[in-house]
Amino acid sequence: MMTTFPPGLILVLGAFAVPFLNPGVRKALLLALPLAVLVLIWGVPDGPVLTVRYLDYELVMLQGTRLGRLFATIFAIMTFVGSLFAFNQRRVFELAAAQLYAGSAICVAMAGDLITVFVFWELMAVGSTVVVWSARTTTAYRASLRYMMVHFFGGVVLMVGIVAHVADTGSIAFVAMQPETLGTWLILIGFLINAGAPPLSAWLPDAYPEASWSGAVFLSAFTTKTAVYVLIVGFPGAEILIWVGVYMIFYGIIYALLENDMRRILAYSIINQVGFMVCGIGIGTELAINGAASHAFAHIIYKALLLMSAGSVLYSTGKRKCTDLGGLFQSMPLTTVCGIIGALAISSFPMTSGFISKSMISSAAADQHMAFVWFMLTAASAGVFLHAGIKFPWFVFFQKDSGLRPPDPPWNMRAAMVIFAGLCIGLGVWPEPLYAILPFPVDYVPYTAGHVIQMLQLLLFAGLAFFLLLPFMKRTMTLSLDFDWLYRRLLPLVVQLFLATFGPVDRAVRTIFVGSVKNVIARVFRYAGPNGPWARTAQAGSMVYWAVSLLVVYLVLYLA
Amino acid sequence: MNTQDRKTSELHWLVRPATIRLLWRGGLPILAVLTLADLLMTAHPYFGIDGSFGFYSWYGLLTCAVMVFFAKGLRFLLKRGDEYYGDDRE
Repeated sequence: MMTTFPPGLILVLGAFAVPFLNPGVRKALLLALPLAVLVLIWGVPDGPVLTVRYLDYELVMLQGTRLGRLFATIFAIMTFVGSLFAFNQRRVFELAAAQLYAGSAICVAMAGDLITVFVFWELMAVGSTVVVWSARTTTAYRASLRYMMVHFFGGVVLMVGIVAHVADTGSIAFVAMQPETLGTWLILIGFLINAGAPPLSAWLPDAYPEASWSGAVFLSAFTTKTAVYVLIVGFPGAEILIWVGVYMIFYGIIYALLENDMRRILAYSIINQVGFMVCGIGIGTELAINGAASHAFAHIIYKALLLMSAGSVLYSTGKRKCTDLGGLFQSMPLTTVCGIIGALAISSFPMTSGFISKSMISSAAADQHMAFVWFMLTAASAGVFLHAGIKFPWFVFFQKDSGLRPPDPPWNMRAAMVIFAGLCIGLGVWPEPLYAILPFPVDYVPYTAGHVIQMLQLLLFAGLAFFLLLPFMKRTMTLSLDFDWLYRRLLPLVVQLFLATFGPVDRAVRTIFVGSVKNVIARVFRYAGPNGPWARTAQAGSMVYWAVSLLVVYLVLYLA
Repeated sequence: MNTQDRKTSELHWLVRPATIRLLWRGGLPILAVLTLADLLMTAHPYFGIDGSFGFYSWYGLLTCAVMVFFAKGLRFLLKRGDEYYGDDRE
């Protein structure tokens, strides 16, 4: 069967039906749609499939590529398992928005031109904003507004970039570029904003942890990974991405180490992981691109798993801060085990999905003799274990006993976690199916004795560092300042200062102006008002008297 | 059974002091064996130093310590109370 229309559109359109269905039908639809989409994705043949003429341009709404299919596949799997996890979510708008969001991401991954990419890119921003907002707290509402502001700003930058690029080249085709012209630079910046790159990265840890227990799971998957996808297509081998990636990697680690909110720790670690991918895209060799793509695939699964285990804790306890949690392993064994599996996978432990994907990026750096990058990536691998691999499970499920004894979550949430935990290990022990669908042929053997021993040394000694330095990592009720301080504190302050300074001046100027206008009106009123001399009514007699007088004067002058 | 013992026996077996001692005693030899395994390997270093004995062990430990202390230092600059942004965050 050949697919000739964009499979993602099924989810986009399905989203509008979701809020109006009865719960039973809705659940069935939420599971059936992503599966149908998954089948259709694999029916899309290579090359442009659906083209539509719009104004002077030929839009390629659907295009089959190996890379696009890989990303669309994991997006569809994520939607299926995420929907299963979210069954008990009573806020149906969140479920609908998540479908819209996921469908748009799939449409981006299968689009062949910049305009189509842009349209679905913006639709993703709308869907994800509604997902954040659906938590229905004041905090989430405000965070969703800030989130929307950053993404629409990114959208404007991207749009201007596309317009400039099309003006330069006359083509809307979405193909590999180099950041050389104004247009391509702006496109790159637009893409990077969604990847969580500096300086605007704070939008991610600001908004994602404010979503509901299920919303954050969806959010972790699509926006940043779609950005990784468009960066692979648009800017493979752009050197600046190496440095942006390295910055993101360490930014994520350091901020996660300082963080107290369990889901914000995981949010920072999204930036950290996307940093590995961005760095791989910057290296740009076939091995590096395969590494970035497979790491995105593996990352969506283990990050969703981690956020599901955190979401289950939030669902059962209503608490989200490490300082309030601890000791939960006693009553939530399944959630604990699944959380640990996700934590091992994100740390690239041998026999997990992270091991078979991330190591390709480091190997690519070594193959290119990028010593500094390689040493940074290796240190960061240890750092991932430190900030996410141990810190998250330790502070949530172990450390001190919080006294909380919540049960594991309902069956559907447990099932979703088990599926993804199984995939984390499955991909780790049997990577071949994933390797077979990567963009380039894979000639990489992850399991050599040397590689396994090295990775275990690195990770277990990072673990030792964690427990030795535990006294330095005491959780406190604090938050860490970030770039968002500029628009959450400085900007309001500037506005207040502006109002405080120019308010009185403005008032004074207006008082003077209004005063003088009133003055003029009063004068006019005095002369031309009902009692003014100019408006006084004269009697007909006096008019005759004056007319006669004038005539007499005229006569005298004439005769004289 | 004195109070201390009763308290300990009420604890989950995984968090009893004896278990934790056992974990340390079992864990440290594992780390040592892993590092010694380098002697059996033929190193294929990319840059030289990464092929030296126990490189990944000390590099993992050292870089993690650096990251923790760097974060700790940065904390003085960046940390603010939970309520810094007002009722913005719950």
